[in-house]
Amino acid sequence: MSALLEVHDLFKTYGTGEAKTRVLRGLSLQLEKGELAALLGPSGSGKSTLLTILGTLMKPTSGSYVMLGQDMIAAGDANLTAFRNLHIGFVFQFHNLLPDFTALENVLFPTAVREGRETPAARRRGRDLLMRMGLADRIDFPTANLSGGQKQRVAVARALMNAPELVLADEPTGNLDRASAMQVMALIEQINREEGTTFLISTHDEKIAALCRRQIVVGDGVVTG
Amino acid sequence: MLYALKIAVRYLTANKAQTALLVTGVAVGVFIFIFMSALIGGLAEFILSRTVGDISHITIEAKTEDPALLIQSEGHVLAVAERGRTRAATLAEAATWLPLIEAVPAVKAVSPQITGAGFMTRGAQVAQVSVIGVEPGRESAILDLQGYMVEGEVRLGAGLIVLGRDLADDLSLSIGQTLRIQSSNGVTAALTLSGIFKTGNGGMDKARSFVSLSTARTLFAMPQGVTRIEIKLNDLNAADATALRIRALTGLDAVPWTDGAEQLMEALDAQAQTGYFLKTFALITIVIGVASALLLSTYRRRPEIGIMRAMGAGRGFVVFVFVTQGALIGLMGGVMGAALGYLALLPFPSRDAFKVGTLPMDITQGSYGLAITLTVIGAILASILPARAAARVDPVTAIGQ
Ligand SMILES: Nc1ncnc2c1ncn2[C@@H]1O[C@H](COP(=O)(O)OP(=O)(O)OP(=O)(O)O)[C@@H](O)[C@H]1O
Ligand SMILES: [Mg+2]
Repeated sequence: MSALLEVHDLFKTYGTGEAKTRVLRGLSLQLEKGELAALLGPSGSGKSTLLTILGTLMKPTSGSYVMLGQDMIAAGDANLTAFRNLHIGFVFQFHNLLPDFTALENVLFPTAVREGRETPAARRRGRDLLMRMGLADRIDFPTANLSGGQKQRVAVARALMNAPELVLADEPTGNLDRASAMQVMALIEQINREEGTTFLISTHDEKIAALCRRQIVVGDGVVTG
Repeated sequence: MLYALKIAVRYLTANKAQTALLVTGVAVGVFIFIFMSALIGGLAEFILSRTVGDISHITIEAKTEDPALLIQSEGHVLAVAERGRTRAATLAEAATWLPLIEAVPAVKAVSPQITGAGFMTRGAQVAQVSVIGVEPGRESAILDLQGYMVEGEVRLGAGLIVLGRDLADDLSLSIGQTLRIQSSNGVTAALTLSGIFKTGNGGMDKARSFVSLSTARTLFAMPQGVTRIEIKLNDLNAADATALRIRALTGLDAVPWTDGAEQLMEALDAQAQTGYFLKTFALITIVIGVASALLLSTYRRRPEIGIMRAMGAGRGFVVFVFVTQGALIGLMGGVMGAALGYLALLPFPSRDAFKVGTLPMDITQGSYGLAITLTVIGAILASILPARAAARVDPVTAIGQ
């Protein structure tokens, strides 16, 4: 395995004055290609903050971040947008899908927004991914009519659409019942094993964390284990 | 950007009721715009056709020679040749200018005329008349004589004359009867009444007569030349420019109808200003409506915008999605409003049939294309602010983990 990304001495402070919250305080972390890692820690410990920084959606107050050999701190908005599109997939807890679009249209978004249209090749890949997620009969369903577990599986398919090196998932199973949560995790584990995609999954659920090969625990703004 | 268009269309169709309401609002604004255009345009047309429709748009008149004075050495005036009574000045070279003037693009018709005054007698009745000699075949070039004929026909030939209704009544004349006319030059002729017109203009119906140019030559002892050239234009608004052009071309003193019509022009101007004012307000209403609706929409769709940005949609893409929505709303509202405006204007009489007492709506002056274009541009401008707000959405707070 080789390093996919490395953050060093990350600091993140929200707000100023009285409302100042020091969330990350010198956090360092390295992820290898092909890892399946859980991100653990008490509520408010900064798991979401770290995922947002790793996802290039937010810059740290200070510290370094290199992914695939590129400096993510120095890069501008347009470059980061293009980088995210190609190399990073996201699965969020809420507000995951575009409600006015079908499952397939959601899955196609990352490719279509880059190519300017929904190509037949992209459609084929999108269908394949949805079928792998066990959603063969929901491909052209409006996402508003899907169950919570189905929505998260669509979100996983969309995160994989551009075959990114890294998928960041912030409590992807937080809203799901145990059976659905296990189903989503099984799919993630399968993709990780078959395609070598790196996953970093934040969770409060020990059972979910146990399915991952590595557990990263944050506390007091640093990695504690 | 085809993909951004798809997303814009989906956003509009996802909220059909809201979009329909918005498009209807825009359409109402466009409807008002078109209605105002047709009304102001029609009104101007109506007023102009009432006041200057039957007059010459550009007139070239021979300068009357200054009255000749015979003055004795002591300084007593012995005699004065009365101005313009006995000897009208002539445009001697008129014949050579006519083809030149006719070739000017804006010119619709040219009518060389010999004008003068005379007394008409039949039996014991005497009436003072103005006599206009026009070329046979060009009787209706300036005044629509043909359209005003109530009896007989407008045919002007040797020995024929056409009179106004009141004048004919005063002299108890009917078609085919003969009358005597004595011109201000002292020439007397017997003419046959070939037609009677009624314009509704009292002065004209009571004292105007038309004869052929050659009859007028005899009456006013003018073997060549004419006293006046009247010119009708396709567009009476082109009078000033065309008069200048004719002046430059011929050196003749061409006077546009607008000379001396300043008050009318000012009134029409004020009316047009009012129209612009109302149309501008209609457009502003459209812009505000579209801007506020799209701003609400960007706010409601913040999480989605955040997700799209996280998935690799650039700021430009987001801007395009919202500006396209604005443009589509403008286009749909514009076309719908224009169609409604057109349909609403259909029942109004056409511009040739305007009647006093009804709104002189001119369906041809609805400025439909302009209304649609301005609406689309306005809607695009209106969507820039919301689109920029959308592009600035911070994915982190929008997704709100
Ligand atoms: N935008 C913000 N402005 C100010 N404070 C913030 C902001 N976002 C997060 N915080 C604070 O930073 C701290 C870490 O938040 P974060 O969401 O990263 O924690 P977390 O580990 O993901 O918690 P949870 O397990 O509950 O999701 C919290 O105390 C939170 O209140
Ligand atoms: Mg969190």
